[in-house]
Amino acid sequence: MFDLDTLRVIWWALLGILLIAFAVTDGYDFGTAALLRLLGRDSDERHVLLETVEPTWEGNQVWFVLGGGASFAAWPMLYAVSFSGMYLAIALVLLAFILRPVGFNFRSKIEHTRWQDLWDWVLVASGVTVPLLTGVAFGNLFLGLPFRFDDDLRMSWHGSFFELLHPFALLAGLVSLSMLLTHGAAWVAFKADRSIAARAARIARWTCLAWAVLYVGAGIWLAYGIPGYAIASEAVPGGPSNPLFKQVATGSSWFASYMSHPWFWAAPVAAFAGALVLQWQVATQRVSGFLGSSLMVIGTILSAGFALFPFLLPSSLDPRSSLTVWDASSSRSTLLLMLGATAVFLPLIVLYTSWVFKVMRGRVTLDHVRGTHRSY
Amino acid sequence: MIIDPDVVTLSRLQFALTALYHFLFVPLTLGLIWILAIMESVYVMTRREVWKRMTQFWGVLFGINFAMGVATGITMEFQFGMNWAYYAHYVGDVFGTPLAIEGLMAFFLEGTLIGVFFMGWTRISPVKHLLVTWFLALATSLSALWILVANAWMQNPVGSAFNPETMRMEVTSFAEVFFNPVAQAKFVHTVSAGYVLGSMFVLSISAWYLLRGRNVDFAKRSMTVAASFGLAAALSVVVLGDESGYAVSENQKMKMAAIEAMWETEPAPASFTVFGIPDVKNRTTHYALQVPWVMGLIGTRSIDKPIPGINNLVEDTKGKIDNGIRAYDAMLVLREDKHNAQAKEILAAHDKDLGYALLLKHFVEDPRKATPEDIQKAADSTIPNVPVLFWSFRIMVACGFYFIALFGYSFWLSSRRRLDRNRWYLKLALWSLPLPWVAAELGWIVAEYGRQPWAIEGILPTSLGVSSVTTGQVWTSLGGFVLFYTALAVVDAVLMLKFARKGPDGLGIWPVVERDPSLRPALED
Repeated sequence: MFDLDTLRVIWWALLGILLIAFAVTDGYDFGTAALLRLLGRDSDERHVLLETVEPTWEGNQVWFVLGGGASFAAWPMLYAVSFSGMYLAIALVLLAFILRPVGFNFRSKIEHTRWQDLWDWVLVASGVTVPLLTGVAFGNLFLGLPFRFDDDLRMSWHGSFFELLHPFALLAGLVSLSMLLTHGAAWVAFKADRSIAARAARIARWTCLAWAVLYVGAGIWLAYGIPGYAIASEAVPGGPSNPLFKQVATGSSWFASYMSHPWFWAAPVAAFAGALVLQWQVATQRVSGFLGSSLMVIGTILSAGFALFPFLLPSSLDPRSSLTVWDASSSRSTLLLMLGATAVFLPLIVLYTSWVFKVMRGRVTLDHVRGTHRSY
Repeated sequence: MIIDPDVVTLSRLQFALTALYHFLFVPLTLGLIWILAIMESVYVMTRREVWKRMTQFWGVLFGINFAMGVATGITMEFQFGMNWAYYAHYVGDVFGTPLAIEGLMAFFLEGTLIGVFFMGWTRISPVKHLLVTWFLALATSLSALWILVANAWMQNPVGSAFNPETMRMEVTSFAEVFFNPVAQAKFVHTVSAGYVLGSMFVLSISAWYLLRGRNVDFAKRSMTVAASFGLAAALSVVVLGDESGYAVSENQKMKMAAIEAMWETEPAPASFTVFGIPDVKNRTTHYALQVPWVMGLIGTRSIDKPIPGINNLVEDTKGKIDNGIRAYDAMLVLREDKHNAQAKEILAAHDKDLGYALLLKHFVEDPRKATPEDIQKAADSTIPNVPVLFWSFRIMVACGFYFIALFGYSFWLSSRRRLDRNRWYLKLALWSLPLPWVAAELGWIVAEYGRQPWAIEGILPTSLGVSSVTTGQVWTSLGGFVLFYTALAVVDAVLMLKFARKGPDGLGIWPVVERDPSLRPALED
C-alpha cells in the first residue's frame, strides 16, 4: 500500500507539520518572551505576560523535541548533517532551549528585582535567538551548505559559523523573527489584560508590516539573486538512501517547483491572507487576530518548504552530496512503523493538548496576578 | 578521512558530563512523581486536606527539579546530531525510532500535563487533577522505557542488519528491538533506582523537619509514604539489578568480566570477588577475597556453565576481527560491483562481525592491510577500564543493600509509629540523602563506560561515531556546558535548599487557617 517513495513524501509532509506545529504553538511563547520587557512595563505586567504562556509553553516545546526525534528516526542524515555542520549556531539555539525552562520556572521563585530582571533578559534573549537563528538556518538551505560525503557516507564540513551569516540568510532570520514577534504580540493581545493587549495589538500591526516587506524582499532576492538546485539524473523509484547515487545541477530557479506545481502558490497567498486578517482583527483582542498570525506562520513556512522540494539540504560544495526527499530517508520498515505510531498518537496529542488549552482558557488580568499567591 | 583523536576524547567527555548531569535530575522526577501520585490519591480518597498540601509542597520541589530535567534533556537529543553525526547516520534507522516514539507517547503527555498539575488545582475537580498526576507519573516512566529501549540496543543490537548500499544499520525486526531482554531488565532497574532516589529525597528532608520539631504530622506522613514506597523500590532495584546482571553476562561478556576483574576463565561455578586490587598491567587481581559459586549463579543461573575471563575474550575477539576483515573486503567489492554474488555471500556470512574490522581503523587506515600486531592491539582495545568498573559496581551494590536496610528499618519504625522518637535514626536518614545519586551515577558509569570501546556493541566503535567538527568547536561547547551547567547547578541547589528550609509551614502551605469547620477532624488527626 505504501511504497518507499510515498512514505518519503508523507514523512516530508510530517516533518513540515511538526515544524509548523512548533512555530504556531511555541512560536508565540518565543514571541511573547522576546517582547517581555517591551510590553511589560512593570513587574505586575510582566507577571501577566508570563502567566499567559506558563501553563502551556512546556507542551508546546515538545513539538520541537518531537521534530528532532522524528528527523533522527525518519531523516537521519538530515539530522546528522544539519546539527553537526551548523555546530556553533545549533549550540546557541540549544543554550536558549536550556535557559528557557529554568527561566520560566526559576524567575518567580525569588522575589528580588535584580534576580527577576536577570531572568527576564534571559527569556528575552532566548525569545530572540531561536526565531532568528532558525530563520538564518533556513536561509542557508537556499544558499547551499558546504558539506560533502565520502564513500563511507561520512560527512565532512568545510565552513565556519560566520559563513552562515550571509546577507540573504540574515534576511531570512529577520523574516522569521518579525513573523514570530507578530505571532507573540497577537497572542498577548488575545490573552493578556486589556491594557497590555492594546499595546500588543499596536506592536503586532507594525511587526506584521515589517514581516511583509522582508518576506517580499526575500522572495524577490530568491527569484533573481540565488541559483536553485535541480536533480539532474534519472530518478530511481524507491532507490536506496544514498545521496551519492544521483547528479545535481545548479543554476536553475528555486521557483521551479512553483511553476510545475501551481497550487504551491497557495502557501504565500495564505501567508498574506493571514497578515491581512491580523491587521484587520488584532485590535479587537479576540482570537481572530491570533488565528490570522497563525495562518501567516503556516503560509510562510510552507512557502519555503515548497520552494526547496524535493531538496532537504542542498550542498554548495559538492551538489551531488545534497540531501533530497528521495535519498536521505530511513528504510521503508522504519518509515512505516513510525507512520503507524504517529497515526495512533498524534490524534491523542491533539486531543489532550486541546483539553489543556480549554482548562487554561481565559484572559490573564492584572487584578488576577495582584490577587494570587504564585504556585508555580 | 582522518578522525582527530582529540575530537573523539572531547566529544566523549562532553557526552559523559552532560549525560551524568542530566541523570542527576531524571531519577528524582521518576520517583517523586509517583510519591506525589500516592499522596494525592490518599487526598482524593479521604479528602483530608493535609494530603493535598503534602502533594503541593513536595510538588514545589518536584517543579524545580523537573525544569532542570527538561532543560538538560534537550541537550541529549541535540548532541547525537551535533557531536555524533556518523553515529546518527549509521544507526538512526534503528536508534532514532524509540526516541521518536518516546516523544510521541510519553514526553508530549508529560510536557502538556505539567502545566495543569501546577496551575490547575482550582480549575478542575480533584478527581480530574488526580488523573493528571497519574498520567504524569505514567508518562515519566514510559519516557524512561523508550529511552532505555534505545540504550539497550546500544548494549545488545538485535533486530537489525548492515545495508551496504546505504552504509548503515537498518531494522529487520522492530519486535526484537522493542522486546530486547536487556531493555526490560534495564527499565525495571532504572525506574526502581529512581523510585529509591525519590523516596530518599522525601525521607531525608522529612527527617530534617522532625529533627527540628517542625511540621511534625506532615513529615511523619511523608516519611511513611517514602518508607513503604522506598522499601519496595529498594528490593526491586537489587533483585532486578541481578536480572540486569544476568542480561549483561548473556550479551556483554566483556563488561561482566571487567566488572569482576576476572582475567582468566574460572571453572564453573565462578566465584564472586568481594574485594581486590585489579592490576591492569599484569592482568591480575591482587588480594582477591572471593566467595565461591556466587558469580556463576548470578551470571549463568547454573552451576555448570563457565563465565569467560578477559584474556579468553580477547582471544575470541581476534577471530571476530578476521571475519570482520572478510566482511569489510566484501563490502568494498560490492561498492564497485553491487551484483557480485560471491561478495554478497561473504558479507551475509560475516556482517555481524563487520564492526570488528572498523575497530582496526583506530590503528590502521585500511583494515584489510592490518598486521597481526594491529589485530592484537585492536583485540586488546576491547578491554574496558577494569578498576573503574570493578569499584563503581561494588560501591553501587553496597549502596543498594544499604537502601534495603534503611528503608526496611524506616518501614518498621513507621508501622510502630515511632519515626520521630530516635534522633540517631533521623540523622542517618538525613545524611543518607546523597547516596542514591552516587549509586545512580555509578550505575550509568558501569553501563556506558563499561560498553567502551563500542558505541554500539560489536557494531560501531565509539571513535568512528564522531562528527566532522574541530577541537575548537567542541572546546567552545564543552566550556559553555561547564559554565552554564555549573551556574544552573548552583541556582538549583540554592532554590531547593531555600524551599526545603522554608518548608510547608514557612510557605504557608500547611497548616492552613481553615474556615470550613468540616475539615477540623482532619487537622487534628
